[in-house]
Amino acid sequence: MSAQTATKVETATAVPRILGERAPKVTARNVDIYYGEKHAIKSLSVDIPDRAVSAFIGPSGCGKSTFLRSINRMNDTIPSCRVTGDIKVDNKDIYARDLDVVHLRARVGMVFQKPNPFPKSIYENVAYGPRIHGTASGKADMDDIVERSLRRASLWDEVKDRLNSPGTGLSGGQQQRLCIARAIAVNPEVILMDEPCSALDPIATARIEELIDELKQNYCIVIVTHSMQQAARVSQLTAFFHLGILVEVGDTDDIFTKPKDKRTQDYITGRFG
Amino acid sequence: MTEIAATAAHSMSAAESAAARRLRKRYAAEWRFRAYGVAALIIAALFIVALLSDVVVKSVSAFTQTRVTLDVPVSAETIDPEGKRDPQTLLTADYTALLRDALREKFPTVTSRNDRRALNGLLSSGASEDLQKRVVADPALIGTTVKTTALLSDDADLFVKGRVTAIETEQGTGSATVSGMDGDVTIVSTNKDFADALASVKRSLASQASALLAEADRVADNARSTTGDEKTALDAKIAELRAQVAVLNARFAAAGAPESVDAEEPTTLVKINGGVVRATEISATEIKGTTMVPLTSADAAAAGTWKIETLAVPEASRRVSDQEAVFLSVLSDQGLIAKNFNWSFFSRGDSREPELAGVLGGLVGSLLTMFVTLVLSLPIGVLAAIYLEEFAPKNRWTEFVEVNINNLAAVPSIVFGLLGLAVFLNFFGMPRSAPIVGGLVIALMALPTIIIASRAAIRAVPPSIREAALGVGASHQQAVFHHVLPLAMPGIMTGTIIAMAHSLGETAPLIMIGMVAFVVDIPSGFTQAASVLPVQIFSWADLPEIAFQAKTAAAILVLLVFLFLMNAVAIVLRRRFERRW
Ligand SMILES: Nc1ncnc2c1ncn2[C@@H]1O[C@H](COP(=O)(O)OP(=O)(O)OP(=O)(O)O)[C@@H](O)[C@H]1O
Ligand SMILES: [Mg+2]
Repeated sequence: MSAQTATKVETATAVPRILGERAPKVTARNVDIYYGEKHAIKSLSVDIPDRAVSAFIGPSGCGKSTFLRSINRMNDTIPSCRVTGDIKVDNKDIYARDLDVVHLRARVGMVFQKPNPFPKSIYENVAYGPRIHGTASGKADMDDIVERSLRRASLWDEVKDRLNSPGTGLSGGQQQRLCIARAIAVNPEVILMDEPCSALDPIATARIEELIDELKQNYCIVIVTHSMQQAARVSQLTAFFHLGILVEVGDTDDIFTKPKDKRTQDYITGRFG
Repeated sequence: MTEIAATAAHSMSAAESAAARRLRKRYAAEWRFRAYGVAALIIAALFIVALLSDVVVKSVSAFTQTRVTLDVPVSAETIDPEGKRDPQTLLTADYTALLRDALREKFPTVTSRNDRRALNGLLSSGASEDLQKRVVADPALIGTTVKTTALLSDDADLFVKGRVTAIETEQGTGSATVSGMDGDVTIVSTNKDFADALASVKRSLASQASALLAEADRVADNARSTTGDEKTALDAKIAELRAQVAVLNARFAAAGAPESVDAEEPTTLVKINGGVVRATEISATEIKGTTMVPLTSADAAAAGTWKIETLAVPEASRRVSDQEAVFLSVLSDQGLIAKNFNWSFFSRGDSREPELAGVLGGLVGSLLTMFVTLVLSLPIGVLAAIYLEEFAPKNRWTEFVEVNINNLAAVPSIVFGLLGLAVFLNFFGMPRSAPIVGGLVIALMALPTIIIASRAAIRAVPPSIREAALGVGASHQQAVFHHVLPLAMPGIMTGTIIAMAHSLGETAPLIMIGMVAFVVDIPSGFTQAASVLPVQIFSWADLPEIAFQAKTAAAILVLLVFLFLMNAVAIVLRRRFERRW
């Protein structure tokens, strides 16, 4: 992107430049999330662009995970959790009565903070999603999906000779890439990643970041991270959360170079959090 | 400056020594804790070893049976007087009579009613089964002489196994002369061959004396609190007892003096010239006695050709009479008595005759009951656990159910038996003593255990697995059945096996629903009358026959083996399940 157009967009609409280039995939309007009495997310509105990486940053306990999990309704598994407001994926309300949660989660995949491969073979880990959704027609097709997903997660070369050994036998970084492969095997449109690198060493982190960079060609990626550098490196849009409030959202470059809000500035310069 | 350094050094070393002390204390505590653990383990192991070895030692004799080999002429008159070879006639014929005749052949001189009864009593009431089977299978045997083995009765069996009395055998070292071949005879040896027998009689006198003395003391104790006529009577009794003691002691003191022998003293038998003489009076070189089996000659017997047997337990205190002992001893000398492995213990049902009683009935009853229990309680228990843990709304109602499941696990089993009696038998009119009812009752008992264990196992599955499954678009049910349940399976299995092992040993509720009934037939269906192993053990332990003691121990052993097998199967299954991940 050229700096000139970017400036123009910013001055014209005050929305992040990236949203001028990419249609929003997920839109949230006036979202409130409660855990019983606790108000975890307060009146949050945000647009998340397609085929780009958006990063959620903020101090611990500010509600990043809570909001992220509400995008594929993972919060449904917590009995006390209640969501109000609108969250739309492709302009369809995902909390609508007639929406099938299982279908939604197939479209909005998730990668968790701690790698959590199934205690099954590597192959089975990747094949599980396509199998339950019936996307593969036959064994050859399934093999193909597994190979493609593992290749995209840049894990194929490391595991192609031991597809039948347990996924839990891989290293932490490999396991996380396996989880990414598992998520992309069902061909989702959005991938939510909750601190995917927090349990990994710098080398494994670098590989995952590379991978995220590649995946953004095709997917809408949302990543929660505690690492400012990581957010700066991989994301195009950054949202800063504080105490359940979305304080500031904008192009990553802008957030890290000229934050508008004092709290954002304090946080990214490491003064609190 | 130096002072400061010195105090610093001093306080340093003080801190160091305090730290060292703390460290030592910690090590000591750790060491103590480990020692307690090892001690507990050793104590537990000792208990188990003691228990097991006791059971094993007691059970040994139940695993062999004794049989006597007989040549039986299968006479047509007894078996098939009409000569039609009708299978029904052959089946119901009196084979026992044939065996008895054949046995009497071995002792042609036995004529008195009592002796004949003693001889017949050696055979088990089921002794003729083999012969019957063979003749029914092959009627051509009628009219021929068949070599067969007949099972001995429980008392005879115990005698042969040496469980009734110890028998000491001595070769005669001198040459012995006999005064006659039948009736009362005197045997004189050139050596002091009977000295040992005499000594054992004297020893028995001494122990009789001390028993009488104790009795006298006891009476004297009672007498102290009485007065008048009663006291005089008791005093007289005491005096009498003391007099007897004095006589016995005098006899004991006169070491070489001849002694008369009766049923209160050890039996001494002399086997000489093909006959057997029971001693009635013993001195060191000579015995007087009655012949139990007539001698074949009145010649002097050379040293080494005759022998003396001493039965340590007096006739009055054992269940095998001297006469029976002599019969068995003669048969055994002829090499006709053999011990072999008691396969029938595993192939027969219960019986009131110890030598015929087997565990198969109880074993099959237990298997059928366990099967019903497993088929009912495993699916119901696991499904209930899954529902409660994964799908049930968390409200008062489910909380109430949960609390009560835990309560049920602690209800005494007899209550379940009463419940079974009231509901299954009286209300639903199901058959008494049937494995189906036993299985139902025990399933009720096993359910809480299985539910609790399964819930714990399901809860122990990390939530991340569930989230992972949901995250790729699995429905809740798919997540549970594809991921949670397989991971929980080993835990569920463990719980189920524990529940089953408990159920296998369960006795009280089964007694309530009538499974304590004496069932001879091996049950062949879920609705037939049956017993189960633990109940059979319970009833056997109650029976007066000594032979049942060994049978009880053997049945316990079978139960234990059954349990070990079950646990082994469980371990194998668990490995299987674990390997799948
Ligand atoms: N299951 C729950 N029940 C009740 N409160 C919850 C639950 N999960 C989270 N919360 C609360 O909601 C708030 C937001 O939590 P959330 O996990 O979203 O924070 P976060 O931004 O992801 O923090 P971190 O960076 O530490 O992961 C916190 O105050 C937390 O205590
Ligand atoms: Mg979080």
